[in-house]
Amino acid sequence: MKPAKFKYLYPSTIEETLECAFDHGEDVRFLAGGQSLVPMMNFRVATPEVLVDLNGIRELQKILIDDTGNIHIGAMTRTRTLETDNSIGTANPLLAEATKHIAHVQIRNRGTIGGSLAHADPAAELPGIILACDAEIYLQSPTRSRSVAAKDFFQGVFVTDIAQKELLIKVVMPAWPVERFWAFLEVARREGDFALVGVASWFDVDKSGRISDARVVAIGVSDRPVRLKGAEAQLSDQLPNSETFERASKAANSGITPTHDIHASAEYRREVSEVLVRRTLNEAWKRG
Amino acid sequence: MMETVHKIKLTVNDTLREFTAEARMTLADCLREKLDLTGTHLGCEHGVCGACTVIVDGKSIRSCLMFAVQANGSTVTTVEGLAENGILSPLQEAFRDNYALQCGFCTPGMLTTADAFLKENPSPSRSEVESAISGNICRCTGYISIVDAILDAATRLAEKGDK
Amino acid sequence: MKHSYIGEAITRIEDERLLSGKGKYIDDLKLPGMAAMAIFRSPHAHAYINNIDISQALEVKGVLDVFCADHLDALPSIPLRLAPFPGFERYLQKPIAVNKVRYVGEPIAVVVAENRYIAEDALDLLSVEFTALPAITTVDQAISGKNLIHEETGENIATHYTVSRGNSDYAFANAGYTRKERFVTNRHGAVPLETRGLIAEFDPVKPLLRLHGATKVNFFNRRHLSDAFRLKEEEVELIETDVGGGFGARGELYPEEYLVPMASRRVGRPVKWIEDRRENLSAMNHSRDIIVEIEIAATKTGKLLGMRGTVLGDMGAYVRTNGGVVPSKAAQFLPGPYRIEAFSCDVQFLITNKTPVGTYRGPGRFEANFCRERMIDLMAADLDLDPAAVRIENLMTPSELPYRIGELVPGDPDATFDEGDHPGALKRLLEEADYDKWKNRQGEIIDGHAYGLGIACFIESSAAGPPESAVVSVAPNGSIEVKTGASSVGQGTETGLAQICADYLDIDIKRIIVRHGSTTLLPSGGGTFHSRNTVMAGNATRIASETLKQRAIELAALRWNCPTNDLIYINGSVQNTTDVLSLEELAAFAATRHETLSATGTFDNEKKLSYSYGAHAALAAIDLETGVVVIKKYFLTEEIGRALNPALVQGQAVGGVVQGLGGTLLDHMIYDENGQLLTGSFADYLLPTSSNLPEITAITLEESPSKLNPMGFKGAGEGGIVAVAAAVGNAVALALKPYNIAITELPLTPDRLRASLRKTGN
Repeated sequence: MKPAKFKYLYPSTIEETLECAFDHGEDVRFLAGGQSLVPMMNFRVATPEVLVDLNGIRELQKILIDDTGNIHIGAMTRTRTLETDNSIGTANPLLAEATKHIAHVQIRNRGTIGGSLAHADPAAELPGIILACDAEIYLQSPTRSRSVAAKDFFQGVFVTDIAQKELLIKVVMPAWPVERFWAFLEVARREGDFALVGVASWFDVDKSGRISDARVVAIGVSDRPVRLKGAEAQLSDQLPNSETFERASKAANSGITPTHDIHASAEYRREVSEVLVRRTLNEAWKRG
Repeated sequence: MMETVHKIKLTVNDTLREFTAEARMTLADCLREKLDLTGTHLGCEHGVCGACTVIVDGKSIRSCLMFAVQANGSTVTTVEGLAENGILSPLQEAFRDNYALQCGFCTPGMLTTADAFLKENPSPSRSEVESAISGNICRCTGYISIVDAILDAATRLAEKGDK
Repeated sequence: MKHSYIGEAITRIEDERLLSGKGKYIDDLKLPGMAAMAIFRSPHAHAYINNIDISQALEVKGVLDVFCADHLDALPSIPLRLAPFPGFERYLQKPIAVNKVRYVGEPIAVVVAENRYIAEDALDLLSVEFTALPAITTVDQAISGKNLIHEETGENIATHYTVSRGNSDYAFANAGYTRKERFVTNRHGAVPLETRGLIAEFDPVKPLLRLHGATKVNFFNRRHLSDAFRLKEEEVELIETDVGGGFGARGELYPEEYLVPMASRRVGRPVKWIEDRRENLSAMNHSRDIIVEIEIAATKTGKLLGMRGTVLGDMGAYVRTNGGVVPSKAAQFLPGPYRIEAFSCDVQFLITNKTPVGTYRGPGRFEANFCRERMIDLMAADLDLDPAAVRIENLMTPSELPYRIGELVPGDPDATFDEGDHPGALKRLLEEADYDKWKNRQGEIIDGHAYGLGIACFIESSAAGPPESAVVSVAPNGSIEVKTGASSVGQGTETGLAQICADYLDIDIKRIIVRHGSTTLLPSGGGTFHSRNTVMAGNATRIASETLKQRAIELAALRWNCPTNDLIYINGSVQNTTDVLSLEELAAFAATRHETLSATGTFDNEKKLSYSYGAHAALAAIDLETGVVVIKKYFLTEEIGRALNPALVQGQAVGGVVQGLGGTLLDHMIYDENGQLLTGSFADYLLPTSSNLPEITAITLEESPSKLNPMGFKGAGEGGIVAVAAAVGNAVALALKPYNIAITELPLTPDRLRASLRKTGN
């Protein structure tokens, strides 16, 4: 399984990268970690004429926490860094936890957050976390810079809002309150496999002890990560307890038509997403 | 299609090596074909089986998913670089003494993975070891002897360090 | 003779080179002038080939040759090696598709180029026109015959027979209890970590065909390849390299064993072909795709009286060298080690548009044990009996053995279970697994998981096939070489045979080198399959070593000019009352006479198979809400007669269990209704990994040495895998007892379990 021929370019700045993309016609692809793209190239289901290697661009590897607590993560940040870096673990523990489930250490040593988001596998963990955290994704092309909210970014199986020639620069995650309750659980056939179903849940509790804000996001159930708004609605302004969580889990799938493949049926995904909603909410509450 | 041939220089097992290759030639294939280091094996060429695992700049990675040109300027350790002066390393000895190989095809990838792992986590628990090699497929041993070997190696390395 | 190595867990001789990355697997071999080969494989399950356009492919720089059936003379058929039932001869495969393709992955054209990258570039430029035909993907479709895969035969039933012993009609007519069930075992396969590979050097002038990368049954394969290429046997050499696992699937004759030599002959250079994983999953033999309808008859108190069934084996599109073994052994092993006097089974071998089937570790037994052990547990539940007690009551006891099991495979009337203590092996297992603690707690919920301890018994044959040979020789420098026709696929042959030779020659094992498999080593060999190495090659090595000792004595007698009676052999030397001559000195002496100090040994067990047996237990914990099954603990007992190297036996058992867990919970070759293989990569074909494995306790029993060979060995390669689906299936069924769901189909995926639970309102 050898890839087809391609021209290889190795820019060292964002500017150079965009020039490469601009100069080289339609069939250009960016090479981030390569953990999703290179298998596709080895199978020859992806045959780009030009491959622009992003691994030399230092600007894309930076992590910064700004003075409002927002976390700026460069697109080429390795998932292993997200897993092990202390500043990420403190700044957004949900993100750090979820990355432990991504494939295996050898993949995480090369795989990047930008690559994972741009690839947009519906069962991948990072798109789900980004959606759950209301992150903003920053893109740059030869002609403009813009940002897209996570909720608008993922548009289908392997389909995102990234336009031709646009480079994903960074992801900005809003500041994460230290008192937030959160959990992430997934069901996979084996450790490290893509999730059959995964759920990320968080909620904040106000001074009166009621849930003031919540997000419940599922991966693996649809053609993209989805907010289970039915579940979120059941949490809003409620007391955090097992009865509330049970109601939220029962409402999880309203409006969702789960997908079906050789590993799990739609019915399985529907059922198990409800189970994971209940379990993550209970675990989040226990953790606090 | 213009044929792009690149000059590649990298340090493999403490030796500077130079060769030329097309961009599309993977690091795994270059190690095996250009540098005659056939200890690194190909089991799937899509990053799942782990047989091709080598250590690049201190990190264990899938050499079937990296183009050799991307490793230009890097430091690479393959299974051939684990023994010291022709003597099996404590990790390799632990594999032998715990019967952690049968056909030997997954073994190089297991060794490089374990080598990098033990450097990051010298005193692991059993379940940490099981997790560390969960990205390496073995068809023969059933893994238990491999986990035993890595735990044994951790002890041997600690003892060696104490001396 | 002082025994010092046999029975010892010495570390392996192979390991030093394998650990250092110095193993030489077929892809590691580079020959001067070597070209690379790639195969264009059918994307359709069933289609006529209308046209193959190779012109563009030929134009690629670096391409040496492109050929398909049109370019070849009379094509041989891949022969049958085992289970050659009448009817199969109509369904043999040609090495390359002729006018029609019958499974996804079937070879259609071959490209030879300077390297594999270029060869694959050329594959992209091959243009083939097809007329697609309906795909036959189920045994029912095959039986109906509405669409024929091999039109000239008029059916998709390769063959069909009935076997029996006793009077099952009578047994069923008089039974107080009967039950009938249908079981489905998943199509899955050996999937060794190293894919297949071959290098052919075809020299038409000498003439000589040298084929590297051969293994398993090299002498048999050489016979057939020499026929196919119209060469004499001695003009064909099959060379064995290091091998990355076989498990029954590697080393049989495949299309590529013909295509690679053809390519070398055509381009006049050595040609290497290395299968990639995508090819491997559709081109290497699949296995285990069997449906069994089984009915048992018993008394109301659970004494088995009879069993009858139908075995439907999905053979894939062609019958390959040993495909028939799988369903035939499933039928033969259905009654297992139990006292079941009446048994009859109808066996059908169906042709479908899928990859052809061959053996995979414990062929037919894995499936048969699953069916029969599930049935026994179902009976125990129906009659409110303890599953262990039912088994102890029905297992054959020592006084009933040996037992002629009847002609349960046509042409094999003499199969005889040898002596042993089946209830004893089960009782030992029950003790180890703490069965008494669990038997009244089946289905108990602990930490949100339903627990069950399932058990299963098995009997397994080994050491089938032709005689095996070994040649032991001493070099003038004192090193000892053992050459054998047996192969090594990673199981430790070099170490095991060295242990035997060292003991019988009474020398330090470090002096011994074992060379195996290649046809250049010795005139004949039987090969390696059915866990036969320890018995067959082991005994051949013993005989050769003993003969060598004799020769040493004779040489010393010549040297000292004395009768051989005055001499003894001890410590690797021959001694009289005053002098000693070492093997090294005797070898040097032989050389002065233009002789070598060597001896050949051949062991023939006259087709009398050895039978290992025992029992398995699995402790399963099931997350009822997600259907995920985790095996917490696994136990097995395995009576193997005598352990040559206990550590290597343990390795076989544990490795077998883990492969078996894969086959029970993960592995599955899934086809859609168009015959497309949906599990075409490791992202979708799932193999067991190191996570979520149970603690495994494998107990080797050496209480019943084989009477069929003087060293008492039985094969130990397959006992670990054969009862895994059975034990796990029973564990899951017991854990889910309150929910009354059927555990009759593999693999036991979370999706399947949840679907069953949902159906019963859970």
